[in-house]
Amino acid sequence: MKYIDEYRKKDLILGLSEEIKKISKKEISLMEVCGGHTMAIHRFGLDSLLPPNVHLLSGPGCPVCVSGQHFIDTAIAYSQLTGSIITTYGDLIRVPGSASSLEKEKAGGRDIRIVYSVLESLEIAVKNPGKNVIFLGIGFETTAPLTAAAIEEALKRNIRNFSVLSSHKVMPPVMKALVKDGVKINGFIAPGHVSAITGTGIYAELPGSFGLGVVISGFEPVDMMQSILMLVAQFEAGKPRVEIQYQRVVKEEGNQVAQKLLNKLFELKDDRWRGLGLIPLSGLKIRPGFSAFDAESLFPLEVPVAPEPKGCICGMILRGLKTPLECGLFGKKCTPTDPVGACMVSGEGTCATYYKYRS
Amino acid sequence: MSRTEEKILLSHGNGGLKMHELITGLFIKHFGNKILKQQSDSAILPVDSNEIAFTTDSFVIDPLFFPGGNIGKLAVCGTVNDLSVSGAEPLFISVSFIIEEGFPMKDLETIVKSLANEAKKAGVLIVTGDTKVVNKGKCDKLFINTAGIGRIDKAKRIAGKFRSIKPGDLVLINGPIGEHGMAVMNARESFNFKTPVESDCACLNDLIMEVLDHTTSVKFMRDPTRGGVATVLNELTATKKFGISLDEAALPVGKGVRAMCEILGFDPLYVANEGKVIIIAAEKESGRILDIMRTNELGKQSAIIGRIVSEHPGKVVLRTETGSNRIIDSLTGDPLPRIC
Repeated sequence: MKYIDEYRKKDLILGLSEEIKKISKKEISLMEVCGGHTMAIHRFGLDSLLPPNVHLLSGPGCPVCVSGQHFIDTAIAYSQLTGSIITTYGDLIRVPGSASSLEKEKAGGRDIRIVYSVLESLEIAVKNPGKNVIFLGIGFETTAPLTAAAIEEALKRNIRNFSVLSSHKVMPPVMKALVKDGVKINGFIAPGHVSAITGTGIYAELPGSFGLGVVISGFEPVDMMQSILMLVAQFEAGKPRVEIQYQRVVKEEGNQVAQKLLNKLFELKDDRWRGLGLIPLSGLKIRPGFSAFDAESLFPLEVPVAPEPKGCICGMILRGLKTPLECGLFGKKCTPTDPVGACMVSGEGTCATYYKYRS
Repeated sequence: MSRTEEKILLSHGNGGLKMHELITGLFIKHFGNKILKQQSDSAILPVDSNEIAFTTDSFVIDPLFFPGGNIGKLAVCGTVNDLSVSGAEPLFISVSFIIEEGFPMKDLETIVKSLANEAKKAGVLIVTGDTKVVNKGKCDKLFINTAGIGRIDKAKRIAGKFRSIKPGDLVLINGPIGEHGMAVMNARESFNFKTPVESDCACLNDLIMEVLDHTTSVKFMRDPTRGGVATVLNELTATKKFGISLDEAALPVGKGVRAMCEILGFDPLYVANEGKVIIIAAEKESGRILDIMRTNELGKQSAIIGRIVSEHPGKVVLRTETGSNRIIDSLTGDPLPRIC
């Protein structure tokens, strides 16, 4: 298959592995920010191809995992409003809120539907004129433009029973917050698809202010191994900088059409991240000019903030400070069938990945 | 039972871990008897000095019509295959309909014709049935329940033979995986993939009988439906002293399925099949079995996909094309409800 087979060639992967082993002398810790990267590392067993001094840490880039418990509680509250249909990406329905989950609410009779694209929500809205279709907007700069496009489309087609409960988030503030919190890393494997939208500018501060290398990586094994090699080379030379490995997709200036759309529809807000707490200006809120599509403006609800589940160390795991194996709940009280923390819920979550690939 | 469930969730019916919990924690707990506890595709019943295989299945697939078949064809294939993988020759099936008020008669006729046609092809008789019509909204269009009876020739009996599985035995399959699940997904209204993926829905009784006619060294047979190949192999290895090593390079996956899986983030090993059989047999006989399978129309792309190993007991491990190892765990989430 084009664009896949050439990036999964065994000899290329093993060649890159040899090269990394050859040039890497010092202990180095790299954080892959994106959940897709975490999956690729485990799916292709890439960590087993690295020398013991190269460490990989999983960061906060799984959109499902970082959606706070409060967001789930809020989504559940919206599902209980008379005449509402909740539409959501599939993984989110199993994420535990403080007392329930969307999956359990669905079994209890709430109208909660899984969609693969936000645009499906518009069609559901058209087919159900008497109902309010509320889409749960999660994800980073990658998926937020799609939500923005759906709102524009709804405006154009005058679909008035569609709105968004936004938990969209942006990457740069959390990456900076992690570094400031003292996470001991030497470089970021930066998210490929977020960067395809934003461009490289969002990482500009990291090499100068924090001495961290940044390589924007693709998701195939050759991409990942090449990115690790580039970061190791930067680190060994003591010259951190921002580089693009994923050149077939990412341009320095990013996707300006998407950026414009994003800015037109959304503004920054302080937002809660599961395990990381409130991070200033890290979330996206629908601008007042489009409040007719903002579920929070349309149907104001007060949902109390419940404490995080006891014993769950998702926060430390998302910061890369601990691994799932150090969690007392992991594999016992918290499993993929019965997850406690969100890192276990999503297939891309660090705990689920560890559970699945544990040996 | 799971600690928090007060209600049935969709994932209780997906063939994965939650369904397993429900079956063992509720059904077997209350119905438990020697025959049921074998938990095979068909119950093997002693009748005088002979044995018959008895099975039942329900079909709630959405949509009712999909590329490669419809709920009627699926109902016959599913029932026939459950009997066949038990080593039985399928003879009689029952078909019961639960129909929603207002269902188009024309669609019902198409489905019934498919049932009749597929039964004829498979050489089984539809000998009894039942019809219920429920108020609009009380069921989704049409559900079908079947039962099937087959005769077991003692020479071909495979029940319990899995106990003789040992390291070195090989794992075979009769063709590309994941086609039913992806075809159904593609047929759902929200998808408009132009990839031509058709369901593999087919009766396997001929292929299986041809294999059993020629060898007695088959130790295990199972049709990897919901939960796919990964689930069948995990159920087999769980609590066993052996593991299974799968070879990614040998695993037959069609172009269309591979593309859809890449785009949607599915692993073909977990995607449903309706015309596939996994066979485990002694290594020395496997080449011959493969040849027999390949002479059948439904087995042209048969392949040896893995091996029973003494390493990693209880676990299924995929040797990837890059040479690394990946654990293939039991299914937990519900990737795709109502596919059969």
